[in-house]
Amino acid sequence: MSKALLYDATLCIDCKQCEKACADENHLPYDDATAAESIQSDHKFTVVLAKNDKYMRRLCMNCNDPACVSVCPVAALRKTDAGPVTYDADRCMGCRYCMAACPFGVPKYEWNKLAPRIRKCTLCSNRVQQGKATACAEICPTGATKFGDRDELLAEAQKRIRDNPQNYVNHIYGVNEVGGTSVLLLSSVPFEHFGYRSDMPRDPLPLFTYRVLSRIPDFVPLGGIMLGGVWWITHRREEVAAAEGGHPRKAQDERRKP
Amino acid sequence: MKIKWTFWKFVFVALLAAGFYSTIVRFTQGLGRSTNLSDQFPWGIWIGFDVLCGVMLAAGGFTLTAAVHILNIKRLRPIVRPTILTAFLGYVLVCAALMFDLGKPYNIWHPLIMRNPHSVMFEVAYCVMLYTTVLSLEFSPIVLERFNLQKPLKIIHAALIPLVILGVLLSTLHQSSLGTLYLIMPEKLCPFWYSPLLPVFFFISAIAVGLAMTIFESSMSAKHFGQQLELPILQELGRVLAVVLGVYGVLRFEDLLHRGVLKQLFVPGYEMYLFWLEIALSLVLPLLLLSQKKIRNDSQGLYLVSVLVVLGFITNRLNVSITGLESSAGLRYTPKWTEIAVTGAIIATGFALFGAAAKYLPIFPAAEPPPFSETHVAEVAPVRSHAGD
Repeated sequence: MSKALLYDATLCIDCKQCEKACADENHLPYDDATAAESIQSDHKFTVVLAKNDKYMRRLCMNCNDPACVSVCPVAALRKTDAGPVTYDADRCMGCRYCMAACPFGVPKYEWNKLAPRIRKCTLCSNRVQQGKATACAEICPTGATKFGDRDELLAEAQKRIRDNPQNYVNHIYGVNEVGGTSVLLLSSVPFEHFGYRSDMPRDPLPLFTYRVLSRIPDFVPLGGIMLGGVWWITHRREEVAAAEGGHPRKAQDERRKP
Repeated sequence: MKIKWTFWKFVFVALLAAGFYSTIVRFTQGLGRSTNLSDQFPWGIWIGFDVLCGVMLAAGGFTLTAAVHILNIKRLRPIVRPTILTAFLGYVLVCAALMFDLGKPYNIWHPLIMRNPHSVMFEVAYCVMLYTTVLSLEFSPIVLERFNLQKPLKIIHAALIPLVILGVLLSTLHQSSLGTLYLIMPEKLCPFWYSPLLPVFFFISAIAVGLAMTIFESSMSAKHFGQQLELPILQELGRVLAVVLGVYGVLRFEDLLHRGVLKQLFVPGYEMYLFWLEIALSLVLPLLLLSQKKIRNDSQGLYLVSVLVVLGFITNRLNVSITGLESSAGLRYTPKWTEIAVTGAIIATGFALFGAAAKYLPIFPAAEPPPFSETHVAEVAPVRSHAGD
């Protein structure tokens, strides 16, 4: 069963304890200066954004069919059955295609290191493996961030909107965006206010490249035979022309060949 | 004459020195210090120019080998060697540029054992590795001839046609794959350039650039080595180029029409100017010039056309990889001087290597073009030796 997070912005009080717990879990320093930073970076995997007393978390969406996983040439990024998208720095060669491909701009890079790694939230894959909730969900004092099975969280999110339609925009972010994500968001203001794009394709992004890539195994033998055939024809034509033109004896020799 | 030579020598040394300094900064202080790349903009000119344009400019290699060896257009044989040399150098330099751009270049071999066949980058990595090998084999007869090594020459000649076919297949795959790379960014790349047809556009434009580079090289070698292609060959290349550009242009605008982007192309803005710059250089001006019989049949005119086409499609690649992604990233990327210096040094090295090869190896036909497959043909089928003359 795939795990997920449900973040309900209407319950959030901007205490930033999720940020702190996330930093501790990932062995990252966290102080007032870090707390004040409002963008995700190589040292801050989740941020709570505040705008006019409305809040919104940003973190890796851990997509169901992630663009980053599909583009990684060395399979350093992987989608686990449990939900988290994990990263293996030892495999990574640093091409940064994941950064270019991610529709949410999540993967960050250690630009100033000589052996740089991709850094991002991995939905606390170690904790999830042990059957625990993510650090951010465990610490959340109001239940704004909730950890659980994706199907159950989705049903709960739908119920919350149904029960209190005046409190929410009628949209659960992450249900259909790029084929669905393991982070589901509820909000009382449009998600675009916090930089979540509303024009995301419904199809998983890997489909866009796979439609082309999947034809390659057919193309290679087909193309090879065609090129070989063209070579054969162009050269054979010439042989015939030469033979018919000035060398009848050789043409006869040629005909006698099996 | 002597002063000019000193000037170019000075430029060359200056480029190498700046590149050397930048290399040190890159490998002692990391990508952050040596580039203007950021989390918002992870790919810069090392990908956009060195890799995308480098591979594109090397396209003459497969275009010409296909024309001569597969389609059997013998008139073009004298230019096969220079284009193979360009392609080979191009790919070697692309690999060199990758060593700068990769965060952990010492892991560049990882795709060999760590596979993800769903990744376009994985396919590009394999195609580049295999095609560089094919190119070095296609190039090897030139070196082998120079040192008169007959035995390996025979082996290469015997394997030439399969090698050429493999080379054409690999080139087709990854020239187009460089376009496929961007298919996964439908929400990021500006609609002027994002299209499901990106792989097709990259492939067709690579052929156009391959032809243009052949004309360009012929003129360059005329100036510096006193070697040049016969005018009829250039004229023929020009005519094929016109057709390829025509096909590309029609496809490009049909695509824009069907995606409903045509109107946006006339709304003034950053992307609009660079789009029309690209179209003017790569399509409008070359096609206008080629439509004039006087220019189409003149070697200087064709040289001008080839320069325009090359510049136009360099603009195209930079638009796809940089311009088109700036708005969604919310910033304007300008390369740091160290990035430009590395690129400059790589280009300078390319010119120097080409010059050295042209000087010391039998690249350009002396009086009679050295027939590529004469020994091969003579042995396998006696009839063909007549056909081959």
